[in-house]
Amino acid sequence: MTGSGEQLLLEVDTLTVKHAQLTAVSEVSLGVPAGSVFAVIGANGAGKSTLLGAIAGLNRPSGGRIILEGQDITRLSCPKRVELGVSLVPEGRRLFPSLTVEENILTGAYRARPGRWNLSRIYEMFPWMPGRRRQSAAQLSGGEQHAVAIARALMANPRILLIDELSLGLAPIVVRGIYASLPALLESGLTVMLVEQDVAQACSVASRIQCLLEGRTTLVGGPTEFTTAEIEAAYFGMSAAAPAGAAS
Amino acid sequence: MTLLNAVIQGVFLGGLLALFAAGLSLLFGVMGVLNLAHGDIAIVAGYLAVALVPALHLPALWVFLIVVGVLMVCGYLVQRLIFQPSLESGHLTPLLVTLGMSVVIENLLLEIFTANGHSISIGTFTAGSVQVNPQISLSYLSVAILGTAVLALGAIQMGLSRTKLGRIVRAVADDRDAAQLVGVNYRHIFGLAAAVAFGTVALAGLSLTMYTSISPTSGPTYLIYGFEAVVIGGLGSLWGTLAGGVVLGIAVTVGVLISSNFGALAPHLVFLAVLAIRPQGFFPRRVTT
Repeated sequence: MTGSGEQLLLEVDTLTVKHAQLTAVSEVSLGVPAGSVFAVIGANGAGKSTLLGAIAGLNRPSGGRIILEGQDITRLSCPKRVELGVSLVPEGRRLFPSLTVEENILTGAYRARPGRWNLSRIYEMFPWMPGRRRQSAAQLSGGEQHAVAIARALMANPRILLIDELSLGLAPIVVRGIYASLPALLESGLTVMLVEQDVAQACSVASRIQCLLEGRTTLVGGPTEFTTAEIEAAYFGMSAAAPAGAAS
Repeated sequence: MTLLNAVIQGVFLGGLLALFAAGLSLLFGVMGVLNLAHGDIAIVAGYLAVALVPALHLPALWVFLIVVGVLMVCGYLVQRLIFQPSLESGHLTPLLVTLGMSVVIENLLLEIFTANGHSISIGTFTAGSVQVNPQISLSYLSVAILGTAVLALGAIQMGLSRTKLGRIVRAVADDRDAAQLVGVNYRHIFGLAAAVAFGTVALAGLSLTMYTSISPTSGPTYLIYGFEAVVIGGLGSLWGTLAGGVVLGIAVTVGVLISSNFGALAPHLVFLAVLAIRPQGFFPRRVTT
């Protein structure tokens, strides 16, 4: 699927996830090379978040397999997957509102694997955090909350970090700031898989993109392999010639 | 002076009521579930001691520790095997399940121990008292019960706010799915919370069995007191629960002073008054710590 001999950290094989009667993800396959940034793009309701949730263990797939470094993790519980190195930064951050910033970050270490991330490394990466560590997480701005959610996920020393809808509800400058920290994460040997509605943003950071439409893959490859029109067509599900706005 | 005495006795009775309320407050705070069998579990602990004290030939204190230990293990198992499946099938199911459990427990106890009242006496300690002045005397037992309540509530409060496990318990209470994402098996945490709740209510049941006598159907009365103490204190605040217990205890003893029948009614009137004036309770949990 990846077309080259790259080492795959995560493989998803014909995965189907249903919410009651609705098929949110339909026979999606993908491969995430180790040490890369992999972006899943697509419009609202394309099944991106469901896909990420299924990889993290929040939703049970009705078919297909999820394989982490050769090990089938499809039937494992969410906490077991954290122990194996799969951490999700969920949509809407999902911080613990009655805990302080520091307590939120420390919960991430509950089942941490051995690795480089600890509280002082986190505070080096986000220098504003130590000064506000005793504040309630509920008092932070959206961007700050997202940074705390990423910090919390990093504390588990994951092999793959799944980030859901980073741009949603955040100011563009905040989003750029968080994306700017991605190279530092990759340097530490981490693999990142993110879900993004903002195609330009996704193409600028990812080494590989996969576009979903109504739960199915419509495009996959390196971001430079496609023209904007091709990506638009895959995103909105229409021929490249038609006006893009009509399908939303 | 008799009023002062009534108030002081009420404070000590409040310790007992707070012991009943602590576990109720904890389980409600962590899982959002009201355990209607909570009072009956205390009575089970009382009867366990009634049966074991003569049988084991051990000092009563050791028997009490065994009873608390047994109840804590039961708490974990009941949570994992009975409460948890009910939690996953809707909001009403846990209420029905715990109500059913309450009925089953009461009837089992009736079957085994008959409807007669039972009590435990551990000799001079349960009968002894210290004379503060001619009007006021404090029984050792009341002092010990209030001391136990303060220690138990303090330990839970400190455990929740200062320890790693307590942090995880609060995280699970906030958002159990997000807790799963940091690797927490929230079912296990629920089990531990239930173990602590059963342990504290066992202490309450043991205290009650020494303080007065118990019958198989004593549980629901104390469930109501416990529930009222939690609401008066403010949901989620354990020190508030202690204060709520003390308010109810004073209402009982001062009520008895007015008329012996009024003692049973007064705490419920106080509860209704608090609900009307300050429905969030006196010490509702603050968002920041």
